[in-house]
Amino acid sequence: MTPASTKKNATAPAAKKNPAKKTGSKPAKSTAKAQKTAEPRAAKKTSKASAKDSAKKTAAQAIPKSSAKTPVAAARPINPHLAANPYLPEIGTIIETIQETHNIKTFRIKLGSDERMQNFAFSPGQVGQLSVFGAGEATFVINSPPTRKDYLQFSVMRVGEVTARLHTLSAGDRVGVRAPLGNGFPIESMQGKDIVFIGGGIGMAPLRTLLLYMLDNRDDYGKIRVLYGARSPQDMAFSYELPEWLERTDMETVLTIDREAEGWEHQVGLIPNVLLEMTPTPDNAVAVTCGPPIMIKFTLQALKKLGFQDDQIITTLEKRMKCGVGLCGRCNIGTKYVCVDGPVFTYAQLRELPNEL
Amino acid sequence: MAEAKYLHHDKLSAWLEEVAGKMRVLAPVRQGDAVVFAPYASGVQVEMDKQATTPPKGVVFPASEELLRYDYQKNPEQPGQVDVELLPVIQPEPTLVFGCRSCDARGFVIFDRVYAGQTYKDPYYLARREATLFAVIACLRHDITCFCHSVGGGPGDAQGADLLLTPIEDGYVVEAVSERGAPLLDSPLLEPARDKVEQAQTLRDKAPRNMGNPTDFAPARDKLMAVFDDMDFWEDVSAKCISCGACTYLCPTCYCFNITDEGAGLSGRRVRSWDNCMSSQFTFEASGHNPRPTKAHRLKNRVGHKFSYYPALHDGLISCCGCGRCIKSCPVSVDIREIVVRAMGHALPAKDKD
Repeated sequence: MTPASTKKNATAPAAKKNPAKKTGSKPAKSTAKAQKTAEPRAAKKTSKASAKDSAKKTAAQAIPKSSAKTPVAAARPINPHLAANPYLPEIGTIIETIQETHNIKTFRIKLGSDERMQNFAFSPGQVGQLSVFGAGEATFVINSPPTRKDYLQFSVMRVGEVTARLHTLSAGDRVGVRAPLGNGFPIESMQGKDIVFIGGGIGMAPLRTLLLYMLDNRDDYGKIRVLYGARSPQDMAFSYELPEWLERTDMETVLTIDREAEGWEHQVGLIPNVLLEMTPTPDNAVAVTCGPPIMIKFTLQALKKLGFQDDQIITTLEKRMKCGVGLCGRCNIGTKYVCVDGPVFTYAQLRELPNEL
Repeated sequence: MAEAKYLHHDKLSAWLEEVAGKMRVLAPVRQGDAVVFAPYASGVQVEMDKQATTPPKGVVFPASEELLRYDYQKNPEQPGQVDVELLPVIQPEPTLVFGCRSCDARGFVIFDRVYAGQTYKDPYYLARREATLFAVIACLRHDITCFCHSVGGGPGDAQGADLLLTPIEDGYVVEAVSERGAPLLDSPLLEPARDKVEQAQTLRDKAPRNMGNPTDFAPARDKLMAVFDDMDFWEDVSAKCISCGACTYLCPTCYCFNITDEGAGLSGRRVRSWDNCMSSQFTFEASGHNPRPTKAHRLKNRVGHKFSYYPALHDGLISCCGCGRCIKSCPVSVDIREIVVRAMGHALPAKDKD
């Protein structure tokens, strides 16, 4: 079994809440630092941004059996908004929702002030924790690109308690947001290269942020090809923007579904097979893939067949997470914590990790 | 640093009472069959001869604590609009933990690397850490489950301590280890220690020798990675484990936690609780996938974390203080020392990884 063969869908929510535990601890007598909602909060927090701490955990690189591989993401910078209290979410407001498929809903969320949104910096592939207070918190990739600053977009598949509660929310509702977290894609080292995106189902979400970022910085990247597959046309998220992708002349988009469906004008077939027909060349190229485990397993085999090396294949992992800041000890694979060292890894890096995906 | 003092047994209660006038004092007391750290009050019998059943971990890192409270508020002007207010709760209480052992205090040295480390810091932990002093009593007698001298500590070790008490004749030699601990020696109940200091040092020096030869666990760091995929080995060493989690809850260095919301109606709280990596729920994903599907995988992670991953990330420091509680309190006598020793001497089956 290859490590990635058990890889999870990158944006499928990881949290399956434990039954609420009744604790014996007594209620606090007073509340310490009262944080008001949206506006004052954001303003206060923005002022802290100057104290940006770029501390790196260099020891984290020292894997016992390491054979020195190039790290995907250079640093582990601290999110200045979470420096004082990494568990304290900002309050965001849902400005729009899109029912993508029967079980995927997209949320466009605005944090605090316009200024906060303009200053919100992140890398494609970084994630955020969304809170519905009373239900809990779960991790999702920010699937809007950092180049578009009106809102942060998250696409949520309904699978557990938190995601079920998120699905009941609509425009105007408040959510807690802790973002950005994690490392993001190595956008710098991908510059000048041809990029092949291979997304399956909700696995398209983390690819979308990177794709849109690259389209917004089109000259920095070579040929862009996108293979996006879903079970059926009805299971295809982001369907409303696919016509534009298909029309664009500066990228190639191939859509596929598993079985013939009425009115479907694109490919029919499993992603790895369609990928082999596309014959992307590995020369100066990087493949970025995300999707369900079985798809990843066969996509990796297809990429190998096409000549892609382990370090030319990038993916993003899912784990059950709680703190999101490397403290709660839940999402480790050996010495690596997916929440801070990932979620983005090259296949070469994954092969260096213990087999525990 | 303040000069060492001598505290006679007869004056112990009075001194604790004096300190308790300034801050909360927690001391080991008997509760049924167990010895636990409980608030000291006049007349409480302090249990000094037995290692506490539970470590004082919860003083700085409570089994369950509020991270924040939330309150949804309807806007009467706009009935559709509901705002939410968050109130983080950080309330440290100045505390002296009296009578814990070296291993107990050293547990927090392991914690500090994580919660007060290089990346994100935990303000809840830090606030309590800063508000808590430790008066460690040197162990001149050890239990057969003790192995602090094999994991970087020792029975008279002062790492993480603010005061160090060494039992001697009819009392204790009390030495200030940290500047924060020094003012506690400023009491008329304490006498000058004089020549007793040297005697105490001799006793402390002798203590580890009584424990036998230490085991060198340093090679475990690489060796545990080498046996990672040998599931036969892990199934064998975990065979009797019943996944009860007692080891994790009693461990002074187990720091993993869960975060859950508890609410009713429009308000409630977000709670952080100790979690237990021996539970299948620990890594169970909403999709149904579990990266650690069996107790063998889970025990492997617990042992691996303490003797391999943590040392790899923290300058070789082993994430175990050798207190032996996980061995002592395990209902089926799983012995972590034995597992690590077996792993270190384990011959790998001849087959390649893929």
